[in-house]
Parts: sequence; structure tokens; C-alpha cells
Amino acid sequence: MSLLEIKNVKLKLDDKDILKGLSLSVSKGEVHAIMGPNGSGKSTLSYMLAGRDGYELESGEVFLEGQSLSDMEADERARSGLFLAFQYPVELPGVGGMSFLREAVNSRRKFLGEEELDHLAFVKEARKVASKMFVKDEMLKRAVNVGFSGGEKKRFEILQMAMLKPKVSILDETDSGLDVDALKIVSDGVNAQRNDDNAIVVITHYQRLLDYIVPDFVHILSDGSIIKSGGPELALEVEKNGYAGLINAA
Amino acid sequence: MVATQETIDKVKEVSSTYKYGFVTDLEAEKAPLGLGEDIVKFISHKKKEPKWLLDWRLKAYKKWLSMEAPNWAMVDFPKINFQDIYYYSAPKTKPKLNSLDEVDPELLRTYEKLGIPIKEQEVLAGVAVDYVFDSVSVATTFREKLAKEGIIFCPISEAVQTHPDLVQKYIGSVIPISDNYYAALNSAVFTDGSFVYIPKGVKCPMELSTYFRINEQNSGQFERTLIIAEDDTYVSYLEGCTAPQRDENQLHAAVVELVAMNNAEIKYSTVQNWYPGDKDGNGGIYNFVTKRGNCIGKKSKISWTQVETGSAITWKYPSCVLKGDDSVGEFYSVAVANNAQQADTGTKMIHIGKNTKSTIISKGISAGKAQNTYRGQVQIQKNAKGSRNFTQCDSLLIGDKCGAHTVPYINQFTPHARVEHEATTSKISEDQLFYCLQRGLDTEQATSLIVNGFCKEVMKELPMEFAVEAQKLIGISLEGSVG
Ligand SMILES: Nc1ncnc2c1ncn2[C@@H]1O[C@H](COP(=O)(O)OP(=O)(O)O)[C@@H](O)[C@H]1O
Ligand SMILES: [Mg+2]
Repeated sequence: MSLLEIKNVKLKLDDKDILKGLSLSVSKGEVHAIMGPNGSGKSTLSYMLAGRDGYELESGEVFLEGQSLSDMEADERARSGLFLAFQYPVELPGVGGMSFLREAVNSRRKFLGEEELDHLAFVKEARKVASKMFVKDEMLKRAVNVGFSGGEKKRFEILQMAMLKPKVSILDETDSGLDVDALKIVSDGVNAQRNDDNAIVVITHYQRLLDYIVPDFVHILSDGSIIKSGGPELALEVEKNGYAGLINAA
Repeated sequence: MVATQETIDKVKEVSSTYKYGFVTDLEAEKAPLGLGEDIVKFISHKKKEPKWLLDWRLKAYKKWLSMEAPNWAMVDFPKINFQDIYYYSAPKTKPKLNSLDEVDPELLRTYEKLGIPIKEQEVLAGVAVDYVFDSVSVATTFREKLAKEGIIFCPISEAVQTHPDLVQKYIGSVIPISDNYYAALNSAVFTDGSFVYIPKGVKCPMELSTYFRINEQNSGQFERTLIIAEDDTYVSYLEGCTAPQRDENQLHAAVVELVAMNNAEIKYSTVQNWYPGDKDGNGGIYNFVTKRGNCIGKKSKISWTQVETGSAITWKYPSCVLKGDDSVGEFYSVAVANNAQQADTGTKMIHIGKNTKSTIISKGISAGKAQNTYRGQVQIQKNAKGSRNFTQCDSLLIGDKCGAHTVPYINQFTPHARVEHEATTSKISEDQLFYCLQRGLDTEQATSLIVNGFCKEVMKELPMEFAVEAQKLIGISLEGSVG
């Protein structure tokens, strides 16, 4: 059974067709890359999956571990193990990173029927994960994403992913705005979480990220639908010929 | 720490309805309904007061008769019928103060429901509590320990008997009876409240705390609190308030006076969650309070921190008169108004001495149809050279039917001073909510987290146990306001 099953979804924003019959099946242990030019609907797809208000489906359906998402709110989907690393992480003034993480992790643990972590145990765990992501303790004390550099924001997203241990993670342009060193750290962080039980969907504009996070499958998204799927070599084709070549051929 | 946890748990279990809405079934001893000279005399007589105090009350009553209720605040309510209020109400089974075991068990249960265990060993770690139940203080804890330091902490009615000189010297010295309509009324009919005296050189070893509670139907509560800090002292005082749920409105017109001598510091914190009324604005407390501190001494400091989540109407401006050179006044405020609540609150900083400093941080949160006004005055008098004020007023709106207003008055009579005012208005953004939801927080958790983040600068001024409780209360009072 696939972990994430997207079945022929259509979605309008402002009366404009954005997703136009998109299907995708992601199984345990897989990493999928969705590549597409700007405006092709990548972020829209990720918001739709995460259940953002205003991104309700026109038709089609999405299943997470066989369960339909249509009646689930964003927070229920998250607690069920769907994680979205934001293209533009949001600032929460005054909300400390550590307490935010803790509320998030405990919500997920509660859902899974696990005991909530006490303060000390939590801080210990968070510090361990943070050090692997080269996130300093000091950053966890600051307000979430406030005054973070582009690289810090992305590292904090992946840190949250590591703490929440989601079933399905969608990474929306996690590589954008990163220099090579930061890209390496973030990719290592993501790769460390690959296992036989979860799945990762990497959304990106550029092939570059896929040198670090090597996908099992690559899909080309254009104008709201997937026009071509293949293995990692498809990404190299994009690199060589650009999207235009592929789109015209389709 | 048992007690702290208990309090926190209590607050946690609160649902969307006001949880303190129970009524204690005690037979009460009341003065006849209404107000007149005879009632003032009745109260004074009940309390076996000396003649000077009765005379003072009567003077205040006469003054009050000649005054008009203020109408400048941005609050709207039907005219109060002062003849329809009981001005004195005491539990009939008046317990002796020898031991807590003698306290009416019904009363103890009330406090338990409030989450304040009355038993001494359970009192919030290191917090001495003076309980005010309607008009009579029924139990005071930690008195002995404080007495060893020479600190007086008792009901003001008791202080009138045991330390009349101190009371006579300072009562009305900060807020004269003619100060305003509600202060005059309070002076005439106040029934009880706390009295604190910190002798020279003493740093009070624990937080002093009073829980106020209005129980008797139709009984106004008029407490009067007086805190005097002599030279080189420190005291931190906490005030918490709840009231049962009623359909009618109840009046609460308190007066709090603080006096700080040379190098004395008074920190006064309030967490107010009086019953706010229902969604449509029926019932709830009218909270018309006058609070002021006199920084008489050099380098004295008075700091007000308030978290106001309750009451149908809040009319309250804790203020500092900075007389002593180098004295410091601070005002940290969070005011939450949801549904039909109306809050008009702020502060006055009156700079008289040289190099006086004041800081005002006000965080107003409006939701539902509520109106929330910050009203603040900063006055720099002619001789207050080198003085500084910094004011920051931030408003957060939840939904689009509520309102936030900022009304600053600045009067500067010397050019040798600096006054800064910053104001912002923001909304909880859809982006912020979605981000939190995507991490598994539900809408209420998310709102509470964002709002508490917004209030952080004020919350960090509260003593630890209070901060936790205040955070929960803010969350509770905003329940149902988003989504
Ligand atoms: N809220 C919105 N209302 C209307 N159109 C939108 C909205 N958000 C995005 N779009 C449009 O949807 C298309 C896809 O956008 P997006 O999903 O952000 O693309 P990508 O992430 O691939 O760059 C674009 O044409 C964009 O202009
Ligand atoms: Mg995008």
C-alpha cells in the first residue's frame, strides 16, 4: 500500500485552474522529486496536501496510509504524520523555538498514544538533534524564524522534521536561498531521516539539490499536472535541456 | 510546589465556560440595601472604627454626592443604580483567626475550587496569602514569619485597630478622597483589603499575595489596599481576582495606594479574571479601580504589572507619581477583551523629580466584538530635568469586529527630557496560524501561543507561578475567538 496516494486532483484558486488532474503514488522508503518551473503549481500542491484553508479540492482525492484526507483539518493531518517544510517559513514573534518545538512534538506524541516528554527529556533530545543540524542552542531560544537568515530558517524546518518523525515529508524548495555549505548540511539532515518506513517528496526548481538528496523517482510538473516521470536521470535532462524542451516534447 | 501544580491543573481543566462561576452557599450578614450616611456609619460601626476614620468616610461620602461619574472613557454601560447595591456583606459564621481549622469548610471548598489551597503548607511555594472573602478577611497565612522581620501584612480593617497611626498617616495620601468618583465612593464604603508595611532596610522574603473574590449577589466590593515601603526595602505583591458567574452586573471599585521611600522598590502584580459576562454582554463585573503609587523617596521604584482578562468593563489606570529624584515608574500591561468586553486601561506617569524614568509597555488584545483602549498620560513637570519616558503600545486584533484604540496624552513642561512613544497594530496572520497547524497544534493552542508570544515582554515581568497561570488564562479567555 502506498503511503501517499494523490488521485487525479483538481484545484482552483480565485476561479483559476491551478492543479489540473494530478496523480502521484508514493510508497514507503521512497524519495520522490517534483520538479517544475516557477508558477507550475508546486507550492499549491504542497499547501493542498497540508490542508491549508482555501486549498480545498475541486475533485479527486488524497490518501495518507490509506486514509482519505478530505475530512481532515491541517492540524489533524500534521499529527497523523504529514509534514511540510515551508518554502517561506513564517515568523512567530515572541514564541520561543524550544517551546514551539515542544508543543508540536507533544501534539504528535499524544496522537500516537505516546507519553508527552517532560521538559528535561525534551530539551536533551532537541539539543542532540540540533547539534546534528549545526543549529546552535542559542537559536532555539530565539523566537521562531524571527531574524533568522535564509539558511537558518531552512535548517530549523529540517530540525522540526527530525523531531516530529513524520510519515510523509514534503520539502518545498528547501534548497532555495542556500549556499553550498548550507545545502550540504540541510541535505545531510534530510538523508539521515530516510528509512524504510517513511517517504519524502522533494519539491524543487533546480536539479542541484538532487545531487545531495538522490531521489528514486523524478516527476516534471508543468501547468498543474505531471507531464513526465522517470528516474534520477530525468533531473539531469532538465539540467541539460531546461524545462522548455521537456514541456514542448510532452 | 504542590500548590503551584494544583493551581495550574485547576486552570487547565477549565472549559470554554467561566469556571469560577459557582456560588458559595453561606449565610451572609448584609447591611441594608442601598447607600446613605447611615450605611457608612453601619460599616464603620461594624468594624469598630475610630472616630477619625468614620469622619473621613463621611467626608468622602459627602464629596461623592457632589461628584459626577466620569464619562470620558471609551466604555458604554447603563447607569449604575447605587441604591441597588449591598455595601457590606460578611459571612455570618465569622471564623476566628486562631487557626485555619476553624475556617468554615464551605469557604475552604470555595477556595479549593478556585485552585488556591488555603492550608498553609499548600500555599503557593513561598507565597503568603491574605484571603479576602467579600468584605472580611478570613484567613491570613505566614503572618508570623513576616512578623519576625517586622513586616506587617494583615487586613486593613485589622491594621486600623493595631496600627492606627500608620493607617491614618497614609490612607488617602496618594489618592485623596476627592480624586475621582469611584475613589470617593470607595473611601466612603470600603470594607476591607490588605495592609502592608515594610520597615526600613527589610527585603520582604516572600511574595505577598491576596485573592479577592466577590461572592454575595448584588454586593459591590470595595477593597482598599495600602502598601508602605520604608527606606531601602523591597516587596513584591500579587493580587488575583475571580468572581462567580451572575446574570447581573456587579460593581468592583477598589483603591490601591503605594508609598515608596528612599531606595524602596514595590512590585505590584495583578492577574484579573473577574467574570466577563456572557457572549452577548449580559452580566459581568464592572471593574472601576484606582491604583496609584507615590515614589516619594530618591531612587525609589514602583512597578505595576497587570494581566487583565476578565470583567465586563475595565476602567483602570495604575499610575506612578515620581517625586523623588532618580525614581523609576514602570507599567507592564496585558489587556484581553473578547466578546462584548470593554477595556479602557493604561497608566499615568507623573515626572516631578529630576532624572526620573518611566517605562510603559502595553499589549492590548481584542477579539469578538470587544473594544480595547489604551489611555496613557505622561507628564514631565518643569523641574523634572533629565527625565525619560519610553512608551510602547501594541495592539493585536483577532477577527474584524473588534477594535483597538490608543490614546496617549503627553504634557512636557521642560525641554530637558525625552519622551518616546511607539505604537503598532497587528493581526494574527493566516500564515502564522497555518504554520502552527501544520506542526500539529490545534487552532486554540496556536492562538494562545501566538498571543502569548505577543505578550512576552509583559509576562516575563510576572513571578513564575503567576506567569504560567496568566498564560493559561489568556488562552482560555480567547477560546473560540479564531476559526
Ligand atoms: N492565492 C492565489 N490566488 C490565485 N492564484 C494563485 C494564488 N496562489 C498562487 N496562485 C497562482 O497559482 C500558480 C501556481 O503557483 P505556485 O503553486 O506558487 O507555483 P510554484 O510554487 O510552482 O512556483 C501561479 O500561477 C500563481 O500565480
Ligand atoms: Mg513555490
